[in-house]
Amino acid sequence: MSQARDRWPLWEVFTQPKDGAPHEHAGSVHAPDAELALQNARDTYARRGEAVNIWVVPSEAISASTPEDVGPFFDPGNDKPYRHPQFYKGAKGG
Amino acid sequence: MPFSESGCFMEPTTKSQGASAPHAGADDPARVTAFEERIARGETIEPKDWMPERYRKQLIRMMSQHAHSEVVGMLPEGNWITRAPCLRRKLSLLAKVQDEAGHGLYIYCGTETLGVERADLVDQLLEGKAKYSSIFNYPTLTWADMGAIGWLVDGAAIVNQTMLAKASYGPYARAMIRICKEENFHKRQGYEILATLAAGTRGQKAMAQDAVNRWWWPSLMMFGPSDKDSPNSAELLRWRVKQKGNDELRQRFVNLSVPQAQAIGLTLPDPDLKMNPETGDWEFGPIDWEEFYQVIGGNGPCNRERIAARRAAHEDGQWVREAAAAYGEKHKTRQVAA
Repeated sequence: MSQARDRWPLWEVFTQPKDGAPHEHAGSVHAPDAELALQNARDTYARRGEAVNIWVVPSEAISASTPEDVGPFFDPGNDKPYRHPQFYKGAKGG
Repeated sequence: MPFSESGCFMEPTTKSQGASAPHAGADDPARVTAFEERIARGETIEPKDWMPERYRKQLIRMMSQHAHSEVVGMLPEGNWITRAPCLRRKLSLLAKVQDEAGHGLYIYCGTETLGVERADLVDQLLEGKAKYSSIFNYPTLTWADMGAIGWLVDGAAIVNQTMLAKASYGPYARAMIRICKEENFHKRQGYEILATLAAGTRGQKAMAQDAVNRWWWPSLMMFGPSDKDSPNSAELLRWRVKQKGNDELRQRFVNLSVPQAQAIGLTLPDPDLKMNPETGDWEFGPIDWEEFYQVIGGNGPCNRERIAARRAAHEDGQWVREAAAAYGEKHKTRQVAA
């Protein structure tokens, strides 16, 4: 019943809830181009002033780390306690 | 808006075939064990995480039926937008119906993360192959029905969806959190409509009472059959897609609704309704499950009308989708040329 032209590309939507805040993933929309993706994203994810800015990104343009690799991928950051202030001793307020 | 797992959408044949479908099919048992340990630890499952095929299938079934319910749920109320009694009511109803469209889109978007396409799900609905909540197959006869739907149908949906907001599948839970925030407006606008009518002329109060009489029992059915008769309940509870059984949620809804009815001077159409002082529960009379199975089986008052309206809307929108696609392509060509 749906025709090939109904199968618009998928866009991931990121909304900035207020000035100065980072953009957060809100969900996705289908749209034939970026302009309509923005309009659809506004109507779907910002009907009540939930955003002051919206990004739309073609879903296929996103690269993501994989859950299987979570250990080795993040390992380089997990074994360096000296990157945290708790690693260091010293009088409070020092 | 409205949703409940298991029964409302259960294909009538599911029951006779038995619910003992093999779990996880050909999935590697070690991975299934690891998956169930994650569930037991309360972890959230994300789209790219490994999951048993059966979990994926159950979620696609449940989420797509939920999305369809939001979309079909626009029809009984959309029916009254042009006949709202004043501009304030009209604006509210218009906004509520628009929200239902948005809710459908949130959940379709969540379902697509499981590897299905929205266009295919929509096709299943239009071809009459998909289920949606049985309650939308009842007609909206008077303006008071807008009140009864907001209060009871959205009220029941809130009870259900508040639980689903803790579901183990991340995209589903996140869609539910968004939806729950918006449903409270739906419920309150409905309750306000009924309270206003109930405080009005004798005729207006009678209209409100009549709407409550017609919507009360179908609202209780929204929670699905008793857990002992619900083929999917046990598995969905085990995988923490659902947190509470159908009966417990139904009881919670009744306990919330009785004092709300009393507060606006309306009665609920159940002579057996009485407070059990020991449990603190409002006990209620037997539900007519035969009616429920008839309605999900396609024999409700409006089943055919609802699907016909969806098909007409889809076909009438064809030129808009074509124009948007053509515009998008033109835009792309220009960008390449520039």
